[in-house]
Amino acid sequence: MRGLIQRFSGLFILLALCLFLSFSTEYFLTQRNLVNIVLQTSILAIVALGVGMTMLTAGIDLSVGSVAAFCGAIAAGLIVESQLGIWLAIPVAVVAGISLGLLNGLLIVYGSLPPFIATLATMAIGRGLTLVYTDGRPITVPDPAFVFIGNGEVLGVPLPVIIMAALLLTAYLFLAHTRTGRNLYAIGGNEKTAHLAGISVARGKLLVYMISAFAAATAGIILTARLWSAQPTTGMGLELEAIAAAVLGGTSLFGGRGSAWGIMVGVFIIGVVSNGLNLLEISSYYQQVIKGFVFIMAVILDMYARKK
Amino acid sequence: MAIGPCILRMEGITKRFPGVKALDEVRFDLCAGEIHALAGENGAGKSTLMKILSGEYQADGGTIHLKDNPVEIANPQTAQTLGIAIINQELALIPYLSVAENIFLGREPVKQVPRFVDWQKLNQDAAEYLQRLKLDFGPQTLVEDLSIAQQQMVEVAKALSLDAQILIMDEPTSALTEKESEILFDLMAELKARGIAVVYISHRMEEIQRLADRVTVFRDGRYVATSEIADITIEGIIQQMVGRKLQAHTPVTAIQATETALKLVDLTVHRHGIEALNLSLGKGEVLGIAGLVGAGRSELARSIFGVDPIDSGDIFVDGRKVRIQSPKDAIAAGIGLVPENRKEQGLLLKMAVGENITINILKRISRFLFLNKRKAMDIAQTYIEKLKVKTPGAMEKTINLSGGNQQKIVIAKWLTMHPQVMILDEPTRGIDIGAKNEIYALIRELAGSGMGILIISSELPEILRLCNRIAVMSQRKITAILSREDATQERIMTYATGG
Amino acid sequence: MEKMRGIKAYLQQSGLLIFILIMVGVLALLSDRFLTPANLINILRQASINGIISVGMMLVILTAGIDLSVGAILALSVVVTADLMHRDLPPLLAATAGLSLGGLLGFVNGWLVSRIKVPPFIATLGMMSFARGLALAYTGGKPVTGLDAGFRFLGTGLVAHIPMPIIIAALVFLAGYLLLSQTRIGAYLYALGENREAALFSGIATGFYTKFVFTASGVLAALSGMILIARLDSAQPVIGLGYEFDAIAAVVIGGTSLAGGEGRLSGTLLGVLIIAMLNNALNLTNVSSFYEGIVKGMVIALALILHGLVRKL
Repeated sequence: MRGLIQRFSGLFILLALCLFLSFSTEYFLTQRNLVNIVLQTSILAIVALGVGMTMLTAGIDLSVGSVAAFCGAIAAGLIVESQLGIWLAIPVAVVAGISLGLLNGLLIVYGSLPPFIATLATMAIGRGLTLVYTDGRPITVPDPAFVFIGNGEVLGVPLPVIIMAALLLTAYLFLAHTRTGRNLYAIGGNEKTAHLAGISVARGKLLVYMISAFAAATAGIILTARLWSAQPTTGMGLELEAIAAAVLGGTSLFGGRGSAWGIMVGVFIIGVVSNGLNLLEISSYYQQVIKGFVFIMAVILDMYARKK
Repeated sequence: MAIGPCILRMEGITKRFPGVKALDEVRFDLCAGEIHALAGENGAGKSTLMKILSGEYQADGGTIHLKDNPVEIANPQTAQTLGIAIINQELALIPYLSVAENIFLGREPVKQVPRFVDWQKLNQDAAEYLQRLKLDFGPQTLVEDLSIAQQQMVEVAKALSLDAQILIMDEPTSALTEKESEILFDLMAELKARGIAVVYISHRMEEIQRLADRVTVFRDGRYVATSEIADITIEGIIQQMVGRKLQAHTPVTAIQATETALKLVDLTVHRHGIEALNLSLGKGEVLGIAGLVGAGRSELARSIFGVDPIDSGDIFVDGRKVRIQSPKDAIAAGIGLVPENRKEQGLLLKMAVGENITINILKRISRFLFLNKRKAMDIAQTYIEKLKVKTPGAMEKTINLSGGNQQKIVIAKWLTMHPQVMILDEPTRGIDIGAKNEIYALIRELAGSGMGILIISSELPEILRLCNRIAVMSQRKITAILSREDATQERIMTYATGG
Repeated sequence: MEKMRGIKAYLQQSGLLIFILIMVGVLALLSDRFLTPANLINILRQASINGIISVGMMLVILTAGIDLSVGAILALSVVVTADLMHRDLPPLLAATAGLSLGGLLGFVNGWLVSRIKVPPFIATLGMMSFARGLALAYTGGKPVTGLDAGFRFLGTGLVAHIPMPIIIAALVFLAGYLLLSQTRIGAYLYALGENREAALFSGIATGFYTKFVFTASGVLAALSGMILIARLDSAQPVIGLGYEFDAIAAVVIGGTSLAGGEGRLSGTLLGVLIIAMLNNALNLTNVSSFYEGIVKGMVIALALILHGLVRKL
């Protein structure tokens, strides 16, 4: 029973939050707002799935915000300035992002750097590259096909939500049903055992940082498309929300524990909190304070749950 | 029981570690369908040899023949493909994966299209092994929900699934209850019947005598002898292990301690399941705490020392009631602890010998906050000489010393502050005989100076040799307190197993 | 082996010195303004801000921690101090309040790490967002300008021709040196970083000293913030963004191990100088400030890899 509560505590928090908000603002439970939450949350969801995978291997990825900004800028720049079509621009941007992920992985696996410091360095490098590439100015992308990625709908469902759903499904199948995915739990749960069982720990780690960068790249491109422009400062603090979401969703900071569905629950907790703060008209500054607070509380709750 | 042909021959195996020759041209052979016990004191090289056999270490010299073919075991994977499996003392399962996934870790069956894990096959195959071992949990149980003993069984199942022809078990019963051990023994008999060769490392002579077909003894990294179990007595094995006849030591008798050094009244520690425990230790007395692993001995020590503070009850040191919420309080109250795990808890390995020896008394040798480093080194030097620590100097990094010398430093660290009570948790684990004897002498000397000494040890001869009285723990309770005269190995074991 | 230890430390320190000399040479060639006394003083003055933070950061890293919140704590402390002075509080009192606030936030970090067992980078990442948000909320995002003239002496004053920031930084380094190498607290901190459990078993109040280093880091961040606003005559809520980065860079360049228990303050001092020269070089050679992050990110990664290699020798 206790295990049950622990495993579903995120869901309880989410339900309680929704209940609270539906009583305190009448707008919360409208269809439009709920769709809006899902849409707003899709970016975070994609990033959190990637960060969550690095956490499964007892790692972390602090560079996702920078990678998102970098890839958004590259995509925008290639479309606007280099006149590349989106079918070429987007893959190039994604590959650029993944190479930053590869850098993370190499620093961690072969440079023996602690993950948080390696990804902190990449965070600075990625942000710097973005500023250099954009010269510190936003790049506006009027290309309708590109803008469609962020604002279009298919059968009434916003495209970002569809992309999120597809990635969620892929992440779920990967983590729950493939050997490589299951082996990530082994790497995070007991690296030595994993190694002795013939699992390539180095390959697994390189893979998760590349996946995390891929997710961040995807999020960055969607974000750019939604705003019609690439902002060099976009995605700052995204890593914080992504880690908070993963932890709230039952992902352990110490590796070996977590699931795609759990992360989604955490993501929606953060999404509903953000939405609630907006509905309650709380200033963005205080929102940042509250998010820092929620982040710390999420970690504290998790630590207590593990101790019991 | 018929023993099959020889399937493994290791000869001239040598292994060096920085500063130590862990194995010196040892040999070992193994036949199909036998249980071959490997005995020796801690540090004799048993585990090192088995780690070489299982591919975790590489030998510096010697040959390994498997069914008359020379083999190189370069890594654990090679060992696996050669049919060699090892179950280590420290369990190594993945907590958040299922039993089935752990059994087939790295070898999960995969469906053709899409290439997902074939859960049905995985769970069925795992269930088969679990049934064969008569285990009462399912293949989909998460390992984190299993007890230690159950996890051990999963390790056995994993070895079986690897189709191992050689199974190495390193102290498998140390964490098991008697009933669980019995299941394991039945299982070993079954493996044997199937022609699997089992290498069995244990400190429990009774188990060796009961289960093994042959026993090989190592001492100080050297091969001593291999005997048919029918041809040798437990005493004979022990003699081979220690290298001489068990000499009669000056008998230790019960002393009339007039004053108590340490008194525990109704000690309760919820997190360790210790309830209303009472014990008193006289000044100048050496009190042994015997019991099986998991009986709660180390937990008791941690609680007295304030690492895991007590929930209720009273602790008296030298007749004064003291409040201990942290090791700092314990030290202030005059209690020292030589912890169970020297490397993780006892020493700052990368720091100098001198820094380690004086870490407890920095306050005493500083004026206001400023350290008198010279004085610190002088004090360290005094204790290095007094305890005959073999080190190039007080500035040497502790990590470069041998186990015995490291342990002396842990003891020296406490001697600097003259505690009223010393608790020593497995003080001679992994230490060679020479250093062991020096430590024994030291303990007697300290007791002679009026210190109260509490020794936790899993080696009964050690307890019998040193202690005035022996408290036996079983399942978090003290089940008996025996005087030296009344204590025998058999009586202690009876109380330790809850009999 | 003792010899090896000496050799390694020597390699690390002399490596850094040689690196600094090469940098000086290259910079002198690239820009004839570099070797002017004005520029050198300028470098030191800029180094003093990061230097003060780095001493706190080093204390934290020595105990195997990290403090990502220094920039944000700095910002919140200075906007509160500046605002209090605007409300006619005496500068001394206002500064004390700011320093105490920095200490309090640092203490919370230490509490989270030692009591709740939150990994340090997570605890301080949360604090970073929290404190920055408070700084923005407190000021409504607007800078507080026009500070007390007496207070500004901290940033602009000269004593015996030496700028105040340099004097204060020198004093902080001296205090750090005494603490780490001459007092028992220093010995405890090294012990704590090398092996927390063994330190606990040796009766060292591990929780207390963990809170101590984070508190010190918070106070020192606030102190360097005071100097900064005194020089700028304005306290902005976005001040100190990314300062944690420079401090971590200085400490790891100086050879302090992120795993704790190993490192010298002299190394950190050299690290601070290298970072300051790097910043100065980016300025002098008119390289866009956008390259800053790229260069520093690479410098941190490289420094860690190189020191890791030396340690493995």
